[in-house]
Amino acid sequence: MAEPKTKYDRQLRIWGEQGQAALEKASVCLLNCGPTGSETLKNLVLGGIGSITVIDGSKVELGDLGNNFMLDESCVGQSKAKSVCAFLQELNDAVKAKFIEEYPEKLIETNPSFFSQFTLVVATQLVEDSMVKLDRICRDANVMLIFARSYGLAGLVRISLKEHTVIESKPDHFLDDLRLNNPWPELRKFAETFDLNVPDPVAHKHTPYVVILIKMAEEWTKAHGGSLPSTREEKKEFKELLKSKMIAMDEDNYKEAIEASFKVFAPRGISSDLRQIINDSHAEVNSNSSDFWVMVAALKEFIANEGDGEAPLEGSIPDMTSSTEHYVNLQKIYQAKAEADFIAIELRVRNIQKKLGREPGSIPKAMIKSFCKNARKLKVCRYRLIEDEFNSPSISELQKYLTDEDYSVAVGFYILLRAVDRFAANYNSFPGEFDGAMDEDISRLKTAAVSVLSDLGCNGSTLTEDLINEMCRFGAAELHAVAALIGGIASQEVIKVLSPS
Amino acid sequence: MADSIVTPSRSRDLDKLLLRPGNLVGPTFEPGVELRDDLREYARILVVGAGGLGCELLKDLALSGFKNLEVIDMDRIEVSNLNRQFLFRVEDVGKPKAEVAAKRVMERVSGVNIVPHFCRIEDKEIEFYNDFNIIVLGLDSIEARSYINAVACGFLEYDSDDKPREETIKPMVDGGTEGFKGHARVIVPGVTPCFECTIWLFPPQVKFPLCTLAETPRNAAHCIEYAHLIKWDEVHSGKAFDADDPEHMKWVYSEAVKRAELFGIPGVTYSLTQGVVKNIIPAIASTNAIISAACALETLKIASGCSKTLSNYLTYNGVEGLHIKVTEFVRDKDCLVCGSGVLIELDTSVTLEKVFSISLGSAVTSGLNIIVDYHKFGLVCVLVLGVEFIHQLEQHPKLLLSKASVTHRGKNLYMQAPPVLEEMTRSNLSLPLYDLMGKIPKDIVHVTGTTDKHDKKTSCLRKLRVAFKGIDGVTDMDMAGGA
Ligand SMILES: [Zn+2]
Repeated sequence: MAEPKTKYDRQLRIWGEQGQAALEKASVCLLNCGPTGSETLKNLVLGGIGSITVIDGSKVELGDLGNNFMLDESCVGQSKAKSVCAFLQELNDAVKAKFIEEYPEKLIETNPSFFSQFTLVVATQLVEDSMVKLDRICRDANVMLIFARSYGLAGLVRISLKEHTVIESKPDHFLDDLRLNNPWPELRKFAETFDLNVPDPVAHKHTPYVVILIKMAEEWTKAHGGSLPSTREEKKEFKELLKSKMIAMDEDNYKEAIEASFKVFAPRGISSDLRQIINDSHAEVNSNSSDFWVMVAALKEFIANEGDGEAPLEGSIPDMTSSTEHYVNLQKIYQAKAEADFIAIELRVRNIQKKLGREPGSIPKAMIKSFCKNARKLKVCRYRLIEDEFNSPSISELQKYLTDEDYSVAVGFYILLRAVDRFAANYNSFPGEFDGAMDEDISRLKTAAVSVLSDLGCNGSTLTEDLINEMCRFGAAELHAVAALIGGIASQEVIKVLSPS
Repeated sequence: MADSIVTPSRSRDLDKLLLRPGNLVGPTFEPGVELRDDLREYARILVVGAGGLGCELLKDLALSGFKNLEVIDMDRIEVSNLNRQFLFRVEDVGKPKAEVAAKRVMERVSGVNIVPHFCRIEDKEIEFYNDFNIIVLGLDSIEARSYINAVACGFLEYDSDDKPREETIKPMVDGGTEGFKGHARVIVPGVTPCFECTIWLFPPQVKFPLCTLAETPRNAAHCIEYAHLIKWDEVHSGKAFDADDPEHMKWVYSEAVKRAELFGIPGVTYSLTQGVVKNIIPAIASTNAIISAACALETLKIASGCSKTLSNYLTYNGVEGLHIKVTEFVRDKDCLVCGSGVLIELDTSVTLEKVFSISLGSAVTSGLNIIVDYHKFGLVCVLVLGVEFIHQLEQHPKLLLSKASVTHRGKNLYMQAPPVLEEMTRSNLSLPLYDLMGKIPKDIVHVTGTTDKHDKKTSCLRKLRVAFKGIDGVTDMDMAGGA
């Protein structure tokens, strides 16, 4: 067996030990192990998911060998679930793999409590009726659910969970937290120890841009009745002022200051996204509240009190031109403030826990710390039930997409994926599944699509003939490359919803 | 051939796409059993790279109706590949990736034939690449992409109206991933932008200024790079650093720790040391699967016309939510690689003379000298003994090629390596290029050599349109007469 740390090195660099631990704790159930389901699990097994249970009632046919890599000649006639499970186990012996030879539809009908043992269910190639039922079962049992479906050159991935809260969302572009527009006393005091007009060129070019901007902003506010540059003219003028302070052309620290000057102009206080989260009704905690919302409640108090309108400081600073000594001192000042903010939040968390009658230590220190560090980037996602999506669609949204050139094909396939299920419910096969009845199937699918559109409240809209023809041409084929793509996306979403909140 | 008889039902799902007519298909689509059989018998696909993307690509292509696949990769399997390169097992560690990957896929998908090539992409003759209908790239290096791109674009010929000749177009499908993000693109040389046309999409890596490393380190990476680039050479005079040698890596780590302590800088870990020194790109199975699948689909679409191909660059971003965007980039009309070639006008008497050049060469590449000579960098002295064709390549403002080897219509005119070939072709140097090219007034020659890119020597291939002065006009008149 390979050393897990080495084996998982490339992914640990993304989601860390905590993310890996969550993955290894999870137990995942797969419904139907055609290529879409098999490929989804393959990616999770490679990543070291805790356990998998493969559920499929069918036997392997020759046609399955043409689109599923987990099956070979020796599997023909055998249980598909058993064969796929055996191959997946081969990929990673650290994963507990088992299978049940049973049709998912039957389990959904006769044994709904079966699903409550899992962390997450991946349901592939299910039709509408089973999707709606399974969704209700999983929602009630608090089991996460992801639907995946490949259909010809089209496909669908749908997440269904009550609420997904993310602490470490790691967005791509996020402004660093330097507080140049609102420095706290210690940072201000540190900046005061510098003289920007220092004649020594070495000292001049090693003054970190953070210090330059704080001092220059202060100089500006003194001259402008206490306000920072706000109009375009003023911003330009501020940059000119910075430029005028340079004593040589090669002063990278001043170039960095000019580039970063927008950080001085940024509005103070928290973002509207974060405001929405602290004002969410869940932030009024009760005995049912999750740890996440307990921490949000503490954050809300902090912002209103010691935070003075700001979230806790992140504490890290980007690299910048500086002498080592100044840079390290600056780092220490930011870290000290972040630590103080963390202690304040922790105290509030413990108090709230006490009020709720919980063990004050039950939320680990490390989690609160991570929460503080990422407070500006918190995310809350809520997903509707499939049933609600079907019964109360957002008509205006749909109408908009149906007529938008960039989206009309995708929404067209969304509607057709529902239409083929109605077709199947009526005729016991999918449109174009068998050669010979193509023309009839096309007109029947068209009727089904019209009825879906009318149920969605989009009466005036139609789908193009080309799209309907194309859907019939697909004939419910599960192509390997499409399945690998949809399975890849599904597995990526599984990893994201499993990562620690 | 017994294994060529495939029961129809094995392609149950694929048949729907290949045998039935459709309205949203490519312009060349001719559905039918013949198309399916042609894909099997005649389509030859090369997969470049047998890593995270390559493993997926081989599986996807083998299950997308292709039977003749080849794969090229110079690497051996490492333990850290196992979290995503699903064709490899613990017991395969140390074996060539291309060979194991080919074997595993052939074991599972009967009827498929995969030829592995365990070597560098530059080791293959250019003509090797001309043998394939489509080249699919699953690489993690810009240099390697750039090389294959130049090779494929090198086959491209233009007609007298400056339109690309259909039969010389070698399509490529290129994929790349980093963490939760990735891209898939289709390159049809002469029609869509080639890799070089949009090279700005891949900005050069940020390198730390040496004075920062030497004088004002501020973070853990600075300390690691100091140990790796400066301290190593100070201590190990002449011994090259090998990132794959764990003893070397441990040494760099411990030196980086010392330096970090000295400057009071936190955060040096062994894992970070490896990441910085080897420039490790985080990689996960799911993103590789998504991007490879998209590339395999595009390959199938190009080969069969069963649906419209991607036009021409897809980006996938699963960092926050899920965003897929398709951008239609445009060609750079002046592209050196996929354009009609750089025009070089020569007298018929010009010989293929070799130019002896003395550059700072190996002295520059040993780290210590870099520091010492840092400010003199860029000063490369060239001693010229004869101003002839190969020399012109070095001096040409756009080409800047050194160590050039020259081929014309598959014939080696001069080869720098291997020594046997060099010896065989050396006598050509004193002959006029006009004679060597069979007295054709105007033709394409291919030149391979090295060029400096971001202070780094990289191999490259350039297509030149050589025209001989004096008789050039005659040709033009001839052509005008014929048109
Ligand atoms: Zn180009």
